[in-house]
Amino acid sequence: MDKLIIAGKEFSSRLFLGTGKFDSNDLMENSIIASGTEMVTVAMKRIDLDNTEDDMLRHINHSHIQLLPNTSGVRDADEAVFAAMMAREAFGTNWLKLEIHPDPRHLLPDSIETLKATEKLVKLGFVVLPYCQADPVLCKQLEEAGAATVMPLGAPIGTNKGLQTREFLKIIIEQANVPVVVDAGIGAPSHAAEAMELGASAVLVNTAIAVAGDPVAMAKAFRKSVEAGRMAYQAGLGSTSFTAQASSPLTAFLNI
Amino acid sequence: MFSEELEKISWEQTTHDIYSKTDADVRRALAKDRLDVEDFKALISPAAEPYLEVMAQLSRKYTMERFGKTISMFIPLYITNSCTNSCIYCGFNHNNPMARTILTEEEIVNEYKAIKKLAPFENLLLVTGENPAAAGVKYIGKALDLAKPYFSNLQIEVMPLKAEEYAELVDHGLNGVICFQETYNKANYNIYHPRGMKSKFEWRLNGFDRMGQAGVHKIGMGVLIGLEEWRTDVTMMAHHLRYLQKTYWKTKYSVNFPRMRPSESGFQPNVVMTDRQLAQLTFAMRIFDHDVDISYSTREAPQVRDNMATLGVTTMSAESKTEPGGYYTYPQALEQFHVSDERTASEVDTALRKLGREPVYKDWDQCFDFRQN
Repeated sequence: MDKLIIAGKEFSSRLFLGTGKFDSNDLMENSIIASGTEMVTVAMKRIDLDNTEDDMLRHINHSHIQLLPNTSGVRDADEAVFAAMMAREAFGTNWLKLEIHPDPRHLLPDSIETLKATEKLVKLGFVVLPYCQADPVLCKQLEEAGAATVMPLGAPIGTNKGLQTREFLKIIIEQANVPVVVDAGIGAPSHAAEAMELGASAVLVNTAIAVAGDPVAMAKAFRKSVEAGRMAYQAGLGSTSFTAQASSPLTAFLNI
Repeated sequence: MFSEELEKISWEQTTHDIYSKTDADVRRALAKDRLDVEDFKALISPAAEPYLEVMAQLSRKYTMERFGKTISMFIPLYITNSCTNSCIYCGFNHNNPMARTILTEEEIVNEYKAIKKLAPFENLLLVTGENPAAAGVKYIGKALDLAKPYFSNLQIEVMPLKAEEYAELVDHGLNGVICFQETYNKANYNIYHPRGMKSKFEWRLNGFDRMGQAGVHKIGMGVLIGLEEWRTDVTMMAHHLRYLQKTYWKTKYSVNFPRMRPSESGFQPNVVMTDRQLAQLTFAMRIFDHDVDISYSTREAPQVRDNMATLGVTTMSAESKTEPGGYYTYPQALEQFHVSDERTASEVDTALRKLGREPVYKDWDQCFDFRQN
């Protein structure tokens, strides 16, 4: 599989993992390893920032993994910037998954605050990966603000409903000059493969692995589906059949 | 800048790829709803020729979805044929000894008034040669100022400018810029464009980036069919279009593939594109990009224009004069090329309506140009 490059850094895996909702840190760690992921996001609100030996963090830190702190819990751009500074200090990385969801029910991203925060954080030297609506205009604006990727949602977070935003994702992928990572809503390996077949650069999965009957086996399944989807995209998918309509010839005038 | 992107694309390899496309490649492209440049290559390749009817159906369907049954009408006005370039196919070639004209302000206004009597044109295209010392940005800006009382949408087709010069003209009410790269074949470009500023391939090529940077609303692109292998040339334009759409995403784009017409230059086209091939290319472009404007000028014959108006073309000129002052002041001046469609604007209007198409003259208003207010 070809390498994914974000902000100049190479990744061999196109599967990013979230770390919430697992029933134990051991299971989370085993799932991370089994998935082959090299990018793992962690909610800074979950970590004891004063304790470098925090148990959860200890299970995530591996040399091949880029830690991606996320701002889950913040409600506006100012809170996000503050949280980002804290995260940079605590985790020793300027990589950041920007998440701003003022709505505690569906955790839907606030487009206006996300754009504002991206502009500020890029100026502060962060590598910003914003979680956002599958809004093609917003994605171009985030790109222009300096976002390292865009991370549009496939469906409301945690719903496992797959690519409900498919038509918009297609436009986003076609227009993007930065990697497009489909985040949220991917509930099954087939959804991940579908996103990759559409040309997404990567997918981020959490709930579907964390709450599976066997998270480690599910992590392996996602690994394979992401690789398969990417390979299929690169190979050029075969045609679904098109149907020509019977009608009076439109091009007869060319035979004169 | 696009010149860096074009460096990465081999002309020879692209030509080879196009002629290697198979039936399966064509069928795959036809089945997709979002096509990439590889698909476009398949659709313009000889392998797609048996699918012309299917392509026409698809092209008509996508055009109907995005544009409905309208054809956007514009009229060009050449305000000068003075030119320091020596493009070997062009009537305005500096070496051509014919007398040159630079319209005065009064003459320009007379032309505007004469145009308004032909049809209710609101979309004006001002055209010049390239002689910045005699007819530069100030002159063009003045012509735009003078046009405002008569037209609501102002476009120019002039020499490539600096970004700040485009921005200056936007302040004079400029809405769109058309510029034809003519050919993307860098190796042979200077055979056709041996001297003057137009001989600078990159300056012209990167002009589109400068338009985008200046915030021009609408950018028109074009390959002159008759210079180089047309399939390769339009593929490069497809790459260019995608690049511009991704970079200057707030701009609207139009494409042109004018077939070379006879001119005072006497140049004979190196390649001839048949009507069938023009139709194939037009359908391919529409299937590749559902919302790009496809423009046919009066270079094309009435029968081709009328038929294609229902199958993919969305913008047309009518009753165009390609000599400066041709509508009123100097009807016999040196023209850039001879037109094929010599019908009056009202005849074209009637023909389009008979085909079930509405010619649209006004689809912009100056009140949207807040920068000048």
